[in-house]
Amino acid sequence: MSPMSRRQFLAAATGSVAATALPASSVHAQKGGGTLRFVAQADLKILDPVWTTAYITRNHAYLVYDTLFGTDEKLQVKPQMVDKHTVSRDGMKYTFTLRDGLKWHDGQPVVAEDCAESLKRWMKKDRFGRLLAAHTAKVAPVDRKTFTLELGERFGPVLEAIGKPSSNVPFMMPARIASTSADEQIKEIVGSGPFRFVKDEWQPGNQVVYVKHADYVPRNEAPSGSTGGKKVHLDKVVWRYIPDPATAAAALAAGEVDWWEIPPIDFVPKIEQNATLATFLPDPLGTQGWLRPNHLHPPFNNKKARQALVAMMDQNLYLQAGIGQAKYYRTCDSVFACNGPYATKAGAEGLAKQDLQKARQLVKESGYDGRPVTVVHVTDISFLSAAALVTRELLQSAGFTVELKAMDWSTNLATRARKDPPDKGGWNVLHTWWMAADVINPAVHFGVSGAGSGAWFGWPEIPQLEKLITEWVRATDQARRKQIADEVQRVALDEVAYVPWGEWVAPTAFRKNVQGIPKFIAPLFWNVSVA
Amino acid sequence: MFPEIARRLLATIPVMGVVAIAVFALLHATPGDPAVIIAGDYATGEDIARIRAKLGLDQPFLTQVGLWLGRIVRGDLGTSIFSGLPVTTLIGQRVGTTAWLTLFAMLISVGIGVPVGVLAAWRKGSWLDRLVMVFAVSGFSMPTFWLGFILVYVFAITMSWLPVQGYSPITAGFWPFLSHLILPALTLSVVYMALIARMTRASMLGVLNEDYIRTAFAKGVAPRGVLIRHALKNASLPVVTIIGIGFALLIGGAVVTESVFALPGLGRLTVDAIIRRDYPVIQGVILIVSGVYVLLNLVIDVLYVVLDPRIRY
Repeated sequence: MSPMSRRQFLAAATGSVAATALPASSVHAQKGGGTLRFVAQADLKILDPVWTTAYITRNHAYLVYDTLFGTDEKLQVKPQMVDKHTVSRDGMKYTFTLRDGLKWHDGQPVVAEDCAESLKRWMKKDRFGRLLAAHTAKVAPVDRKTFTLELGERFGPVLEAIGKPSSNVPFMMPARIASTSADEQIKEIVGSGPFRFVKDEWQPGNQVVYVKHADYVPRNEAPSGSTGGKKVHLDKVVWRYIPDPATAAAALAAGEVDWWEIPPIDFVPKIEQNATLATFLPDPLGTQGWLRPNHLHPPFNNKKARQALVAMMDQNLYLQAGIGQAKYYRTCDSVFACNGPYATKAGAEGLAKQDLQKARQLVKESGYDGRPVTVVHVTDISFLSAAALVTRELLQSAGFTVELKAMDWSTNLATRARKDPPDKGGWNVLHTWWMAADVINPAVHFGVSGAGSGAWFGWPEIPQLEKLITEWVRATDQARRKQIADEVQRVALDEVAYVPWGEWVAPTAFRKNVQGIPKFIAPLFWNVSVA
Repeated sequence: MFPEIARRLLATIPVMGVVAIAVFALLHATPGDPAVIIAGDYATGEDIARIRAKLGLDQPFLTQVGLWLGRIVRGDLGTSIFSGLPVTTLIGQRVGTTAWLTLFAMLISVGIGVPVGVLAAWRKGSWLDRLVMVFAVSGFSMPTFWLGFILVYVFAITMSWLPVQGYSPITAGFWPFLSHLILPALTLSVVYMALIARMTRASMLGVLNEDYIRTAFAKGVAPRGVLIRHALKNASLPVVTIIGIGFALLIGGAVVTESVFALPGLGRLTVDAIIRRDYPVIQGVILIVSGVYVLLNLVIDVLYVVLDPRIRY
């Protein structure tokens, strides 16, 4: 198969989205009421979206909680709970005024203190939030509807941080709940979002039930992403957890469920043949695959050995093996999401073209002593399993001796956290994936952190990256931020913080009686109706 | 008899204690760490350490065992590390599904397996006997998940007679309840049906050669009476044993069936908990299931006495 250029991919993706999306995203005369039965991507076990980064918890929170700002389909941050906001002339003080009529699910009005407490809790957990916290002097209510955020040091992307769309999203909670320690799960689920969580009907491993929040006041603007008017047409949303994809496919075909969040890609052709079903790409940004070396131990504590990983990379091999269907994947030479604002080719020449001879030369120059390279092989997630097998072949071609360490995903989570040498339970190379929304800029992207023991597993210590990220958040000019992001990529790829192995998108599948599914990184249920 | 039952009931306590400690030890020897899973992708080593301390996972092994056993004695199985719900609530949500599934599967297994086994023994060497044996071998050999999908394809997707998946409690109506259980129970029962048919046939063959059977026939008792009143009653002890063991095996087999049919039962609860290393849930479920298993064995022993008055404890 010939490699697909980004332009070709975008043309194909746009075409396929247009072909599949029209029935879903076009505006219909909405019929009120009804129940929507939805097959979620995972089992919802944790309900606190600040305590965990799990995507399923984030998705749950989008129903129950509202946000001060949201992100629209064009990745623009727009007010949501906030009616208006002002920025002081020196850019150091933000004042936010809440919309009228906001109410918690327990009937109490939303007040400024609630939002200030919620922001503070989020700023203790989230990476972008922590960066903001490090530059913030004070977050405090002014009156019942107004609160301020005063910076101690300049911080450019304040609204981008508060309006970030992916985990951890700064969801708003009543102050009494938001004052829970960020290291503890909240006990009470009370939001102000368009749906109310029905705790009595929650059965972990089986179902989650939400009902319409009758007091919710939507904005007047047209909906777009997580912004605009969140009009609720459904009385009830029931999330089902169906672990077996064949069962989920049969349930969708039989009309027992209405919407299946993420069918495995090999099920999609069959779904598309069914006249009562449709598919749609809700998140054109997609997902990015990672190959992460462990910087603590030989051979990848050596820069030349790490650079061999870039030289050996052939993203097409990974994507063919892991994803399979070309219309759902694309090569991407950027560490930042290729459809995002910071996508760049800066310093990516080595990544764009495989050069095994150069890889072998680099391995030799690194002084590699022939000890086995331990590659974590996650066997219960098909694309990660395939990626590990491809990596083994490429590492061997580059001159490494390789040992695959097979395990399930849960064991991998424990293994990857171990800093021990590979022969004492540690590892040299692992594979993972991130939603593109989580690698869209330097402040949210864990792969470009060079904070050593504070960095993501693999623990690269690259002070220059940390310095650049601080510069990025302090920059107030978009052109300057773009320049810095380019530099971040140059350093990250030269030091080989990690190696991206391409991007892919995941279609969602639904019965044609479901209308109005929005484009967004998470499934949203407002403006959706069932005929 | 009653002192024996009381003695056996008391004996379940140390048995479950041993099971509890063994399960606890095995789980903690398994690779994986719930704190790491909870901490998520962005966690630092300090975050993980804090969560481990919060969950008490940083305590010495014996301290953890002691604390857990202490809670059990007070009737507290703990709370799920992930959902924060009490383990008893989680088990309570699921136990009905698994109990009904197991009961229906056993009714189908016994209701078909026993008569088929009796007939095969009665017509030994005939086409009927061979057919039963072919069915038995096929029943043993068929993977549960495969059979489940075939039944779904035929009865749910092609004919639309029955639902594909899910569970409807009996309070929501008898037909929805029954219709959601037919395919899973049938899927689960096939292996045990085959097992019971074979066991019944073998046991009946032994009994049918006894003198008292010949005498019954000589006295002019009708074949049905001989088979049921004389032969089957005497051949039933091994069959009852296998039914008792079958109940325990069915609870284990329910794991696959519950996954295929998306039934919210104990099997799936256990698998989900194992995947996430949700120790309190795994320990709680295994403790309950082992208790049920011990009690089932007691019931079988009592049944022996009912079926064969010569047996004394």
